[in-house]
Amino acid sequence: MPSVTELKEMYENMVTARYYEERLQEEYLEGKQPAFDISAGPIPGELHLAAGHEASGAGVCQHLRDDDTVTGPHRPHHIAIAKGVDLNKMTAEIFGRETGLCKGKGGHMHLFDSTKNFACSGIIAQGCPTAVGAALAAKKRGLDSVAVAFLGEGAIDQGGFFESLNLAQVQQLPVVFVIEDNDWAISMPKDRVTDVKDGSMRAKGHGMPGERIDSNDAIAVYEAAKEAVSRARNGNGPTLLEVQVHRHMGHFMGDAEAYRPDDEIERIKKLDPIPRLEKDLLNEGVEQSELDEIRTRSHERVDEAIAWAKEQPEPEPHEALEDVFHNPPEEWVEAANMAAAQEGDD
Amino acid sequence: MTQQVAERELTMSRAMVEAIKQEMDANEEVFVMGEDVADYGGIFSSTTGLLDEFGRDRVMDVPISETAFIGAAVGAAQAGMRPIAELMFVDFFGVAMDQIYNQMAKNTYMSGGGVSVPMVLMTAVGGTYSDAGQHSQTLYGTFAHLPGMKVVVPSTAYDAKGLMHSAIRDDDPVVFMFHKRLMGLGWMPSPEGPKTDVPEEPYTIPFGQADIKREGADATVVTLGLHVHRACEAARELADEGIETEIIDLRTLVPFDTKTVVDSVRKTGRLIVVDEDYRSFGLTGEVITRVAEHALDDLEEVRRLAIPDVPIPYARPLETAINPSAKQIADAIRDTQ
Repeated sequence: MPSVTELKEMYENMVTARYYEERLQEEYLEGKQPAFDISAGPIPGELHLAAGHEASGAGVCQHLRDDDTVTGPHRPHHIAIAKGVDLNKMTAEIFGRETGLCKGKGGHMHLFDSTKNFACSGIIAQGCPTAVGAALAAKKRGLDSVAVAFLGEGAIDQGGFFESLNLAQVQQLPVVFVIEDNDWAISMPKDRVTDVKDGSMRAKGHGMPGERIDSNDAIAVYEAAKEAVSRARNGNGPTLLEVQVHRHMGHFMGDAEAYRPDDEIERIKKLDPIPRLEKDLLNEGVEQSELDEIRTRSHERVDEAIAWAKEQPEPEPHEALEDVFHNPPEEWVEAANMAAAQEGDD
Repeated sequence: MTQQVAERELTMSRAMVEAIKQEMDANEEVFVMGEDVADYGGIFSSTTGLLDEFGRDRVMDVPISETAFIGAAVGAAQAGMRPIAELMFVDFFGVAMDQIYNQMAKNTYMSGGGVSVPMVLMTAVGGTYSDAGQHSQTLYGTFAHLPGMKVVVPSTAYDAKGLMHSAIRDDDPVVFMFHKRLMGLGWMPSPEGPKTDVPEEPYTIPFGQADIKREGADATVVTLGLHVHRACEAARELADEGIETEIIDLRTLVPFDTKTVVDSVRKTGRLIVVDEDYRSFGLTGEVITRVAEHALDDLEEVRRLAIPDVPIPYARPLETAINPSAKQIADAIRDTQ
């Protein structure tokens, strides 16, 4: 059982992530109505929101340190927040600003924060191999850091996932794979595309421990992740977890969800992990006023991050030519300098 | 060093392995992983002897799963190590291309320079021994086309060692494409040429500097890999006829040494590009375009020799017919005079 302090930290991460996504949704829709144009408005491009997934990010990351590596999928905000990624810089990145985590070159699906060892990929399951590599590096260096790869249930039929389980197990690497099962791969329900109801059973085929957390319950996630992370940290190899979460919104913003049964949203909202954790906190003797304070504080933080991000400058066009290489060949530098000079002249 | 060291001839594979060994000695963060790199020493002898020297922790045989181990190299490199991953045949890139071009090559850029991926992806290329469509391609253009990877193609033992030192020390992902026919394998004879003197001490060859293999005023041949040697053979034959051919070995495709190529064409006016990769939308078109951009007025004649847009065939006469030969190179040069 997490301590009350830990419960409050998890709660704060979850309410921060939820409000963050609500605010992003508002910002995203600006300029995109009445006729939806994905490229218009202050947040361009696709936006995949994770409202309803918060318990997995908060419950798992509660056990992680800055030197532990996390690879997220294309729906990464709740995980990034729980891993401690700088909210201002992350928001600036999502708004495509120069001071964003990736100088506006990654966007919301490709958030990289090397100070927190957080990365994500827009290609499903493909964060698994790089997490295995981070774990391999830790093992080779004799460090006790671990790596966690998050992926959706739609990714568990991908080769990269299977190959990563095998390599991690055969090398006994400190990795935890976390499947977030929200029942939908865009419009495809889980039961029509995968052969197992319980994705964690895939662990069996690789001889590694697997566990499914059937409820969208942060405390249950915390308990399972505690065991998995300590197993990894103690040199006892990888674990596969699957967490039942729920997708409160469409796959991406603008997804009309015609494929989704009408009553499902109402049903899953009753399974919201946030009121559930609130109840647990109250049962632990935490005052409602303290929960209100946490919530207010988190909302302020989010509003400040969004306000800050919107004030940040957009990158100069010539910056598109920078950062292809860490150690750029001369011709790259010359081309970038020329573009910058030309921009100065204009 | 003032003292002249005894000259040693090495095969290209021995030279590559020596560079890897010296880098592994110097830096504990360097390690090798791939299929059959440990006990076997690499199917094309790219890692011979390293297991005995460094043990299984640093010379790792891995499951046959290129996505997982190339991706693991990306992850380890992002964590600051310097992995060398071997993709046994370049033709197998398809099963792992996401890790190569979406992760290895793009993470530096997509992170705005926040992470770097200092790894070497080393891979065997080339045909000429009847291994057919899935084991004989060069695919230089594919890797050079997609941004974010440096692409190295040595043609001699001397270059292979120097370029390998540079590749391992580079902070970016480097695709090191070695031609099987140049490695000096007991079971696949090399042409004259790739076996050269190689200094024992480590040395680097900077990327982006083509090598003028032979100077000449009458025609410029731009090529790489195996075809450097075929072009040299053609040039020797033409010298007897009084045609002096300049041969440029590109050595690296990314970065590309435009200047050396353009300067040569300004001198000769005649450009012949020879490539073992597919003809269309690839290296030959790129080289000719760069010359056209910079020296169009000097360009009198252009020829290109490449694989004529067919998969590599199995039967000997078929494969021989599509792969540019010394004779075809000589004919093309003559044709420009």
